[in-house]
Amino acid sequence: MTTMTFADAVREGLAEEMRRDPLVWALGEDLSTAHGGTSANQYLGLIEEFGAKRIVNTPISENTIMGAAVGAAVAGTRPVADLRMADFGMCAVDELVNQAAKIRYMFGGQARVPLVVRQAIGMRKGGAAQHSQSTEAWYVHTPGLVVVAPGTPADGRGLLKSAIRADDPVVFMEHKDLWSTKGDVPDDEGMVPIGEAKTLREGSDLTIVSWSRMAHLAVEAAETLAADGTSVEVIDLRTLWPWDKVTVYASVAKTGRLLVAQEAVQVGGFASEIAADVTENCSTDLKTFPRRIGAPRMPVPYAEPMENEFRVTTERVVAKAREALDA
Amino acid sequence: MSETDQPRNTPARIFELYKTMCLIRAFEERAEDAFDEGFINGSIHQYIGQEAVGTGVCSNLRRNDYILSNHRGHGHSIAKGADPEAMMKELMGRVGGTSGAKGGSMHIADFSVGMLGANGVLADGLTMGVGAAQAITLKGDDSIVAVFVGDGTTNRGPFYEALNWAMVYELPIMFVCENNTYASSTLTRSVTAGDGPVARAKAFGMPAFDVDGNNVVAVDALATDLIARVRSGQGPHFLHARTYRVKGHISRDKLLYRRDGETEENWENEPLGQCASWLADNGLNEADLRSAHAAAYAQIDTAVTAAKESPFPDAALAYEDVQDFGPPEPWAGTGDAA
Repeated sequence: MTTMTFADAVREGLAEEMRRDPLVWALGEDLSTAHGGTSANQYLGLIEEFGAKRIVNTPISENTIMGAAVGAAVAGTRPVADLRMADFGMCAVDELVNQAAKIRYMFGGQARVPLVVRQAIGMRKGGAAQHSQSTEAWYVHTPGLVVVAPGTPADGRGLLKSAIRADDPVVFMEHKDLWSTKGDVPDDEGMVPIGEAKTLREGSDLTIVSWSRMAHLAVEAAETLAADGTSVEVIDLRTLWPWDKVTVYASVAKTGRLLVAQEAVQVGGFASEIAADVTENCSTDLKTFPRRIGAPRMPVPYAEPMENEFRVTTERVVAKAREALDA
Repeated sequence: MSETDQPRNTPARIFELYKTMCLIRAFEERAEDAFDEGFINGSIHQYIGQEAVGTGVCSNLRRNDYILSNHRGHGHSIAKGADPEAMMKELMGRVGGTSGAKGGSMHIADFSVGMLGANGVLADGLTMGVGAAQAITLKGDDSIVAVFVGDGTTNRGPFYEALNWAMVYELPIMFVCENNTYASSTLTRSVTAGDGPVARAKAFGMPAFDVDGNNVVAVDALATDLIARVRSGQGPHFLHARTYRVKGHISRDKLLYRRDGETEENWENEPLGQCASWLADNGLNEADLRSAHAAAYAQIDTAVTAAKESPFPDAALAYEDVQDFGPPEPWAGTGDAA
């Protein structure tokens, strides 16, 4: 094991895949600048190792970053397109949703679209309305796409590697506030399979399902609740589509209670889908109806008191969990 | 009909191009008939009047060169060598269609001949085209990319992104702007500032040339030059072909936005007649021209018959080719999508 930051681990994963397969390459804004990526060093040093044909520093042209990745994928390479933030990913929704997600299907399987698009999600402090959004539900809703949202350095590295090797287009959503967090990363290849959740903490009274940064808050909430003598199981989905129903159903069968926690706006969010699915498929196991928690349906505000009003905090997760536990 | 390797402007070479144009014309006319008879759903965007552009360009491409098309893709596909019978089956949604009947007319594609797809969203062919060119560069192939766009698309943002991008990375790509005068039912010049597509391409430092897009001899000659330059590593080039969309935006379009006589005046310049005249002037006998024309229609009639006789695909095939991870689940209960 080696301890490293999320950003470093994911960069290692990319470099390892680029060494393994000469058809893997990356494109995006600022990839070859002094800080190597969006100020988090995600690409630092890669241009020196792989050259400008494989670490392509692009103009601010989101349509073409995404569209070129699609064209290069159908033409036999494995591009990793970086759109910096999910907020900028919206500039390229057309190329991702109308092209990447549909080409294999609408051309009857004549081509695959083996690309990864990195779209960083989530709030930091003061990011405000256009640098803070979590849009994972948009892409989970889109047939043809795989969506992953790893929460640890090891999962970031391992899932990026799986995403690069997959023949499906994969939306890789990393939380901006996780880039600097540290964790143990295995010294071996460290693959993390697409579609496999990880149980972060075992418990018997309530299942909290979450992903990305919110999974860490769910663990904190579970620790708080443990002080009350309540045993909470926490599942980090890691992959949102396809999500690991086997692990979630088994956990709900054990606990009989489910809370799904997400940072994104609650209305129309992915937590709603999981809650509805479990309601339909685990009804005999449930002691009470599933709960979900997400942000109010408003843009992310700037000033700290208002920003905190938007946030799904550990305390709010605990309160929601108690609702389910008391039912 | 790729890789016509005769020297340019010889009657033998131009006769081959004429045959391709006849095939496209026959395909489009018979597709309209089939549409009117109810054999084709959705809509069809016909290439009638523009055959010289796709034919003159693709005749200079190799099988492993890529083309990306727009929504008006039948002609580009045939010119690049796609099988018209499989295409007609695709239009009719039948087994044996180029895309397994999943895409229909607007998503016509044949990757086996390097035709990477027609497209329902304008300008996406440009961005994907530069990506395909980047893949070629990475793989070290000597193939090239040609992207077909219409005049209307020159008003979309990705057009500029892609032209800039192609120049920055010196990609092996040719942009072919087929200026058919109309953006859907709007006269493009009525919504377009400046001096037109050539001026816009030149603003990026891209070599850009204008040609009579209804004259296949001229298109072929210019495309021969430009494609040779692209293939030899001289970077992106821009070919602007002036033509006219004889038919409506889609086959149902009644052309209510055109002045009286406009279509008929432009029909005088349609490319097949021009090409036939050139061939007659250059020694081809009229019987050969007539028999080539008839052979094209016979081939398409056979394709239409085969398509009508081909069955519809099983509904369960709808679930295939969505994705490897997390494919769709069939309707619960009946096991039958119906």
